[in-house]
Amino acid sequence: MDFSRRDTLGLALGAAALTVLPFRVSASSDAAIEEFTGGAAVGEGGITLTAPEIAENGNTVPIEVSAPGAVSIMVLAAGNPTPGVATFNFGPLAASQAAATRIRLAGTQDVIALAKMADGSFVKASSTVKVTIGGCGG
Amino acid sequence: MASGVKPRVKVPKKAAAGEAITIKTLISHKMESGQRKDKEGNLIPRSIINRFTCEFNGQSVVDVKMESAISTNPYFQFEATVPEAGDFVFTWYDDDGSVYDTKKSVKIG
Repeated sequence: MDFSRRDTLGLALGAAALTVLPFRVSASSDAAIEEFTGGAAVGEGGITLTAPEIAENGNTVPIEVSAPGAVSIMVLAAGNPTPGVATFNFGPLAASQAAATRIRLAGTQDVIALAKMADGSFVKASSTVKVTIGGCGG
Repeated sequence: MASGVKPRVKVPKKAAAGEAITIKTLISHKMESGQRKDKEGNLIPRSIINRFTCEFNGQSVVDVKMESAISTNPYFQFEATVPEAGDFVFTWYDDDGSVYDTKKSVKIG
């Protein structure tokens, strides 16, 4: 089958477009963010995400999130097979809107923390964690 | 019911009224992520704790929705306000329907 010039050009453009797609933030972590925020704009500042720069063991990476005045905080691992990590919902007796836990990271990637504030606005923070041994069974 | 699941929490025994205390919780649970394969190459199904809640005298302190990216033996640390003497109730909900819970009392002093 002979490709016309038009076809070949189209094929080449398509291939080029594929290589330019960002690889760090997967499509499904974007979808998770959309679902949490309902499409609202997400600001920066007012939320702190503490994560190590290098994690020797991807099976247990300690992280800490803090967002004074938040109603809930969602943590995502953009490069994991499933991006969801945890969603902390703070009740009336939470002394501070902060929590620490340990998570699994499949490889070097961004960890994203999104906070829903009491006034309905959203803020986000992210941190890149280099992982030497992946933690999702790979 | 997942076997060998044991919760451990660290809560101060006494607090001043209205004080913020740090609570640490740990539960021994494999948290099978659903990503691992067994020797034959079949996927081992997911079996994790999917929710953790902490309540004090009936009021919610924190309610965590957990996914398979939480490490084995899930650990949480957070702060709670103690308005009066009472009981903290910690509950973990497993994928398989089991519920694990433990209770700690706090006195005002």
